[in-house]
Amino acid sequence: MRSVGFAALTALLLSGTASAQEKIRVGVTATLEGTYTVLGEDGMRGHVTAVNVLGKKIGDKELEFVVASTDATPDSAVRAVRKLIEQDKVQILLSPLSGDEGIAVKNFAKTHPELTFVNAASGAQETTYVDPAPNFFRYNMDGAQWQVGLGKYAYETKGYRKIATVGEDYSFIYTQVFGLALEFCGLGGKITSRQWVPLGTKDFASVIAALPDDVDAIYLGLGGADAVNFLNQYQQAGGKAHLMGGSIMIDQTILSSKGNAKNALIGTIAASGQADTWEDPRWQKFVKAYQDSFPPEKRFPSPSLLATNYYGSTMALILALREVNGDLSNNQAKLKEALAKIEIDAPNGKIKLDSNRQAIGTNFVTEVVDDGKGALFSKVVKVIPDVNQTLGYDPATFAKIGLPSRTVPECKKY
Amino acid sequence: MSRFIERQPIWSLVILLAIALFTWLIFAVWPPGLEDAIGRKKVFLSAVFNGITLGGLYFLVASGFTLIFGLMRNVNLAHGSLYLFGGYVGYGISAATGSWILAFVVAFVVVAAIGILLQFLVFRRMEGQDLRQTMVTIGLSIVFADLMLWAFGGDFYQIQTPAWLIGPVQLPLMTAMKSSGEAVFLQYPLVRLVIFCGSVVIGVLMWLALNRTRVGMIVRAGVDDREILAATGVHIQLVFVLVFALGAGLAGIAGVVGGTFQSISPGEDTRFLLASLVVVIVGGMGSIPGAALGALIIGLAEQLGSVYIPTYAIVVTFLIMVLVLALRPQGLLARR
Repeated sequence: MRSVGFAALTALLLSGTASAQEKIRVGVTATLEGTYTVLGEDGMRGHVTAVNVLGKKIGDKELEFVVASTDATPDSAVRAVRKLIEQDKVQILLSPLSGDEGIAVKNFAKTHPELTFVNAASGAQETTYVDPAPNFFRYNMDGAQWQVGLGKYAYETKGYRKIATVGEDYSFIYTQVFGLALEFCGLGGKITSRQWVPLGTKDFASVIAALPDDVDAIYLGLGGADAVNFLNQYQQAGGKAHLMGGSIMIDQTILSSKGNAKNALIGTIAASGQADTWEDPRWQKFVKAYQDSFPPEKRFPSPSLLATNYYGSTMALILALREVNGDLSNNQAKLKEALAKIEIDAPNGKIKLDSNRQAIGTNFVTEVVDDGKGALFSKVVKVIPDVNQTLGYDPATFAKIGLPSRTVPECKKY
Repeated sequence: MSRFIERQPIWSLVILLAIALFTWLIFAVWPPGLEDAIGRKKVFLSAVFNGITLGGLYFLVASGFTLIFGLMRNVNLAHGSLYLFGGYVGYGISAATGSWILAFVVAFVVVAAIGILLQFLVFRRMEGQDLRQTMVTIGLSIVFADLMLWAFGGDFYQIQTPAWLIGPVQLPLMTAMKSSGEAVFLQYPLVRLVIFCGSVVIGVLMWLALNRTRVGMIVRAGVDDREILAATGVHIQLVFVLVFALGAGLAGIAGVVGGTFQSISPGEDTRFLLASLVVVIVGGMGSIPGAALGALIIGLAEQLGSVYIPTYAIVVTFLIMVLVLALRPQGLLARR
């Protein structure tokens, strides 16, 4: 990362002398280290695709991006954002990728009310639901919104009555299980055990052994290397249960991983902010743009959820900047107003923001299929438009459920 | 053994009872009350097996570490880097040739060669200066970590398990009794058992080599008194290089093992350095049987901890280390 910082510094020095054109500096963070490396890399591909499609020109100004790496921990995200602001002098942040990072960056955003923060992909509920920062905008749905429809599909169509969950022990997965449990338990389903493993777990053998035998399906809320490690060891242990997946589990980051452990996922049902095989022309156009931006060996066959989110947030930022013609005066007041009001025609459906500056968007229930050539894709089963953060609940009722955590919500009808 | 019982009758009884209880837990069919209290037997048995097999991996890393320390008094803090590099080499070979066995051979040879280079170029120049060597190895581990991050990126690599090792085997250990009286046996991943057997074989071979061969005799003599050994005309530098190569090569093999049943990525170097430090502190610096015992204890503590007290699992290993340091600072099986 030092070289990126150095390049940025050089660019800064040069820009003062060589170029008269004014730049708008945007800092981008992604998890380019640790468990979620693969997710961060594909997020950046989505970002680059958006810049390719929309261009860098804002009126007579030009966008300039500075990238910083994080490792999905909140302190790494704050460190990266602070570095971007203090050393690289960015004016706008496109950050961060992961749930806990989101909560930390949102809180940090309050200490810089003059700057604008556009969430890149993080999906913890708390980020925009509890004490939201006025200068923090999120154009992707949260983990609970991304699970809408899954509980119903599992209960009514698949006939699952009892399930167990395994998830990484942090805010985004809490939010995902929250969304699943509200719907599944609301219909009368039971969650008999919830196992939480630290982010970056290597050895899942004991976790796999502790999975109950007497359930209809096992829900996996894992991502990146954790998911691949789990599947590998699940295969070694000869596991055969029905599986259900969270939004970053049933995703190209896992479905395109090397080895054959991923084949355990064929037929798995999941829900997410996108579906790989959606027929919608906007989605197909985005997939094409993504594929055209990178050679086949440097990308996934189809963009992951992270690429889609980074694409959407970059798109919202560029469109809003164009609306105000790059005017960042008066503590970026015009930009913030434009961001709050903008409605974007994202690849995964129309997105608009609520009063907490949280996305209201479209959700997809999917099932994993093999395309016949060994590549796995998520196939659309159901499309659910206009999913808001309270998941259709009355806000007062929703507030009573409590914040997502290891044990919240209880498995009952609220 | 008998002297220990004479000197410590109470402790001997406690240890004997603990072993008896453990054996009963493993072989008996658990009564329903016990299952209600601490969960299913399958979970317990799997955790025990996972602990033992993880201990096998820790032993591979720690035995090289402790061997080098025992002979050269050199705390090689770059040992974790050797482990990680072995993993990357193994991944490269297995991805290129598809041969898992070849990955072990090449990883051993390449990492052992690096060990030889380290001994020749670095450690020989500062022989006997413990602190300086330690500081240099810390520096090297940081440089190696950055070089590997540069070369291999932050991605996760997983060495493909060969097809004949995928899947579970049935062990002759009962986990439960069905209502029809039919016994349910434990299913356990074959690859972990094979890897564990491999580390036992390596451990036994090392013990035999140290205790039954001429070279082993020289090494043992070197551990006791280097100066006198050198004075008898043994080419001690050659012995040092050989031991360093063996220790480094073992770390390389361990890297392939780790890449097979877990995965390799930046940060694994410090994780395994820390693990082997804890293992040799518990077992006794410089002792091979000590490394085996320490690895077993730490592996079991980690896995049983992760099942029964998940929140505090990480603390357990360090608690064990603190206890050992407080009660028997030289380590459980140290000779001196």
